[in-house]
Amino acid sequence: MIWVAWRMLTGDTAKYLGAVFGVAFGVLLITQQASVFVGIISRTANPLSDVREASIWVCDEYLQNADEIEPMADNAVYRVRGVEGIEWAVRLFKGMARARKPSGLFRQVILLGIDDQSLVGAPRKILMGDLASLRRPSAVFVDKAGYESLWPGEPLMIGREIEMNDRRAVIVGICETSAPFQTMPVVIACYSQATGFVARERNQLSFVVGAPMPGVSPAEACRRITTQTGLMAMTYREFVWLTIKYYLENTGIPVNFGITIVLGFVVGTAIAGQTFYLFTLENLRHFGTLKAMGVNNRRITGMVLLQALVIGLIGYSLGVGMAVAFFEITSRTLPDLRGISILWQIAAGSGAVMFVIMALASLLSLRKVLLLEPAVVFRG
Amino acid sequence: MPSAIASSEPVVDASPKATGVSCRGLIKDFGTGENRLRVLHGIDVDVRCGEMTLLAGPSGCGKTTLISIIAGLLAPTAGEITLFGTPQAALRGDALVDFRAHNVGFVFQQYNLLPALTAVENVAIPLLVIGRRRSAALDQAAGVLRQVGLGERLHSPPTKLSGGQQQRVAIARALVHEPRLLVCDEPTAALDAQSGQTVMGLLKQVAVKADRTVIVVTHDSRVFQFGDRVLEMADGRIVLDSTAARDSQEVIRQEHAAP
Repeated sequence: MIWVAWRMLTGDTAKYLGAVFGVAFGVLLITQQASVFVGIISRTANPLSDVREASIWVCDEYLQNADEIEPMADNAVYRVRGVEGIEWAVRLFKGMARARKPSGLFRQVILLGIDDQSLVGAPRKILMGDLASLRRPSAVFVDKAGYESLWPGEPLMIGREIEMNDRRAVIVGICETSAPFQTMPVVIACYSQATGFVARERNQLSFVVGAPMPGVSPAEACRRITTQTGLMAMTYREFVWLTIKYYLENTGIPVNFGITIVLGFVVGTAIAGQTFYLFTLENLRHFGTLKAMGVNNRRITGMVLLQALVIGLIGYSLGVGMAVAFFEITSRTLPDLRGISILWQIAAGSGAVMFVIMALASLLSLRKVLLLEPAVVFRG
Repeated sequence: MPSAIASSEPVVDASPKATGVSCRGLIKDFGTGENRLRVLHGIDVDVRCGEMTLLAGPSGCGKTTLISIIAGLLAPTAGEITLFGTPQAALRGDALVDFRAHNVGFVFQQYNLLPALTAVENVAIPLLVIGRRRSAALDQAAGVLRQVGLGERLHSPPTKLSGGQQQRVAIARALVHEPRLLVCDEPTAALDAQSGQTVMGLLKQVAVKADRTVIVVTHDSRVFQFGDRVLEMADGRIVLDSTAARDSQEVIRQEHAAP
């Protein structure tokens, strides 16, 4: 009877494709919405999260997120270096600056200042220029998306100039960075240069980043730093999550996006579940005929579950495939969506959700099928 | 001339042919309490093998309910049914379903063919239900379809067949597993007069066998000629049995002819 179930499913191409694409569209909605949410919320720690070589992050003890920074005294780096078990520690600046082009047009930019000597925090993917040139006077790197927003439609080119805080900056390199939460260009300079591109404050040191000696865990090193200096020290993961949690707890993003996700979930669930439910109900008369002909409830259950499994698997694969294609295309054509991809957890989650939906739709429709009196076949 | 019979008198099997279906005191109620409606009022009837028995009567008289109970699709409120010597009450759950799969064939008014399957695939279903291998089932189904004159339409979907052809596919499906009981519910109701005659002729030709009981529900008097026996129902009772009269006249004739 598995063959009969398969033929009942695929014999009517329109209904079959309707059910499969109903599920696929539901999976696409759930996967796409959840991925966009996770992608955007994980951007909140960008571009600092690109500084992967540092496993220890030290900042002012009251810092709540990576965008609102209370600078520390410059000597904080020496205090951190003095803590036992720290292999290295360097300065890192993060701030906002206004970049003005020679034409007078300007944009707010995210300014990163990396350690002059070690260049810890330098971009990993350089598209144009070389890293050593960052040590030249007035030299800056700019990220590709930022460059394209500053000079839209123009080819990538080094040697262009911008002005920040009345100081000339020369673009000596173009790089890729993780897309920041605020869609602003990212400008990277050496620490000594970067602090000059913003208005002068008494303290300017945003972060001290470093790594522990071998044999000392980052968590242990952080504990020692906090104990000895009174500064807040976090592991890389803690630092990234501090910002993400701040945005989740203190902004309207989770609520607004949550509503969108819930709507996507509800619509996706309704489409997928209802399509299969109706598919089974439309076959109710035929199941009644099969029951009259001697197919018992156990075999009918197997037939319906097989149909649900086939529709669910094909629909899920198509849905995830469409979501992957969506992000592949948009990450290349829409800079605002670059870097957003489908995490395996989201793919697995939408699979689990779809499994539950199909199971529920099967059980609900099965209930009708199993309770169906086979004598119904004699009613016209 | 058919004779009217009282509902309390059993429609006795006076023929030498074997009894396929035997009903005693069959009662069926629908609903409960004040809403209870008695649809069958103590039916006593024997239906013989090797005959086509027509069950006639106006709409709502209980014909469909009676064949549903005989076929094991509906449980009676009271009474006993014996199918080929097996009391139906002894069959419960899967045993009854299994009995139906092996012993009962159905022809429905609206054909009830699975639209997603071809003619031959539809006919093969009863064989698959009883565990026959697919290739063997399809071969056998094709043979039966040829018997009913549809050898050229084996792979046509039901939607591509006329009403008469669909009913012939349904008849092939009902007979493919050689059931001992064939139950047909208004098989000509959805057909024009000529197709109806063709279908009844086909039923008479291929369905009626010595070891098979054929019950056809109809209220189309034009097909009465095909029946070996006509049981007429009214208000949940059998009120007329055309062969009871014929049989009793035969008995009387034989008694008078004896030396």
